[in-house]
Amino acid sequence: MEFMILIHGDESSPRLAPGDPGFDEYMGSWFAYNQMLIDGGHWVSGANLAPTSSATTLRHTPGQAPEIVDGPFAETKEQFGGFYLISAENLDEAIELAKKLPTNSGSLEIRPVAFRPDAG
Amino acid sequence: MLALLTRRFGDLDAADDAVQDALITALTAWQSGVPERPAAWLYTVARNTLVDQMRRDRASRRRLHEAAPELTAHHTTTENEEEDDLIMDASSLGDERLRLLLLCCHPALDRDTQVALTLRLAGGLSAAEVAAAYLLPESTLTQRVVRAKRKIREAGMPLTIPANLDERVDALLRVLYLIFNEGYLSRGSEHVTRVDLMLEAIRLTRQVVDEVPASAEAEGLLALELYHQARSGTRVDGLGELVLLEHQDRTGWNLDVITEADARLHSAMTRMAPGPYQVQAIIAGHHANAHTAADTDWAAIAELYAQLGRMTANPVVELNRAVAIAMADGPLAGLAVLDRLTGLDDYHLFHATRGELLARAGRPASASFERARELTSNEAERRHLERRAAETATAR
Repeated sequence: MEFMILIHGDESSPRLAPGDPGFDEYMGSWFAYNQMLIDGGHWVSGANLAPTSSATTLRHTPGQAPEIVDGPFAETKEQFGGFYLISAENLDEAIELAKKLPTNSGSLEIRPVAFRPDAG
Repeated sequence: MLALLTRRFGDLDAADDAVQDALITALTAWQSGVPERPAAWLYTVARNTLVDQMRRDRASRRRLHEAAPELTAHHTTTENEEEDDLIMDASSLGDERLRLLLLCCHPALDRDTQVALTLRLAGGLSAAEVAAAYLLPESTLTQRVVRAKRKIREAGMPLTIPANLDERVDALLRVLYLIFNEGYLSRGSEHVTRVDLMLEAIRLTRQVVDEVPASAEAEGLLALELYHQARSGTRVDGLGELVLLEHQDRTGWNLDVITEADARLHSAMTRMAPGPYQVQAIIAGHHANAHTAADTDWAAIAELYAQLGRMTANPVVELNRAVAIAMADGPLAGLAVLDRLTGLDDYHLFHATRGELLARAGRPASASFERARELTSNEAERRHLERRAAETATAR
């Protein structure tokens, strides 16, 4: 099965920038996680998104032309920041893989993929 | 049986339906005589239904695939329908039963759903019985179960023994104890038609003890449930009024059940893996084996509650410790513990306890009983608190 791990977190919380002490270690933990997924045959896809300040929302109303709105879909305490698309035997394995993500705040939503046109 | 079928066909919902259908078929088919192996008969009927259904599904999938290949998944359907002999020996059935229980209590399901599924699928109660036990409309319960089955199927929740078995057994025991308490506390309330959730919880806990013999906590929970069950008959008087532990008629306690609880607790403790259920069982054992309330070793119980508090960080434990200290050292010592306790202002038993201790210390108590009465939803408890509020108001 394929699962998407949706990464939600507080964008405004301080984060490390290149050159900061500890930045390399921080990035290293993500690279190591990615490598673990690849080595285990779990990797399908993944991405880190630019912050919601760069978001544009296209809102549909039946019978009207879509409205283009500056900003994210909803103002929330936690924002959608990135995702992994993984292959796992079942939900238990997906949860175990999500637990290994090097995040220590925010939340991770795990959803099975119902249909993916480019699935191999 | 449901567990076996679910495991073989990978579809809990369809398996549940098939078992229900088989039972209905049996109602008419068995009128002329019950077959030699009724369980095997039912299993065969249910399995045949499922095989038929899979053939139909496969045929329609094939048609869909021919019509719109881009819409159907590529996973190859295995055509081997191995018609192996019925495997119904107790060992494999027990293992399947545990898998089903663990699935019903999967942490990806919310607590109410875990309870509903456990009773409905592992306990085998009807939707109407579970709904009645929790005073819910049957449609609500049915909806809850349907949604849960869909989530189990769509979210890819496996019917396997998990790698983190200890953690998952903890979750399972929590659900069973919740069911037990619902049954224990609702006993003697006006809903006399309720199925006996207490006995159902004990039955399921026994299964877990049998299937996970390494778990000291499972057997600890069983001991705890048995101690409570042994004195459940004296918890309410003939008029349906609540009787406090110290006033209960100890000759009415079931000695056979207490003896079994003692043995279970002893067996759990020999595994040298202490846990909150075992500590609670030790406390319940102190009560169950004391001849009178005054005979009880309250100092030991206070110490056990302190131990339990370190394990669970639950303020209710501290409330119980306050009671034990009041019994050992007097109401003022208990009240001193209560005064340091925070976070229980909305908990009726906090105020009820405070009321009792104040009354014993000869201080005004009816306001505490009043507050407790406002907070409880249990009818018998409410009447008891009303009575105490009135008694302490006139005593002043």
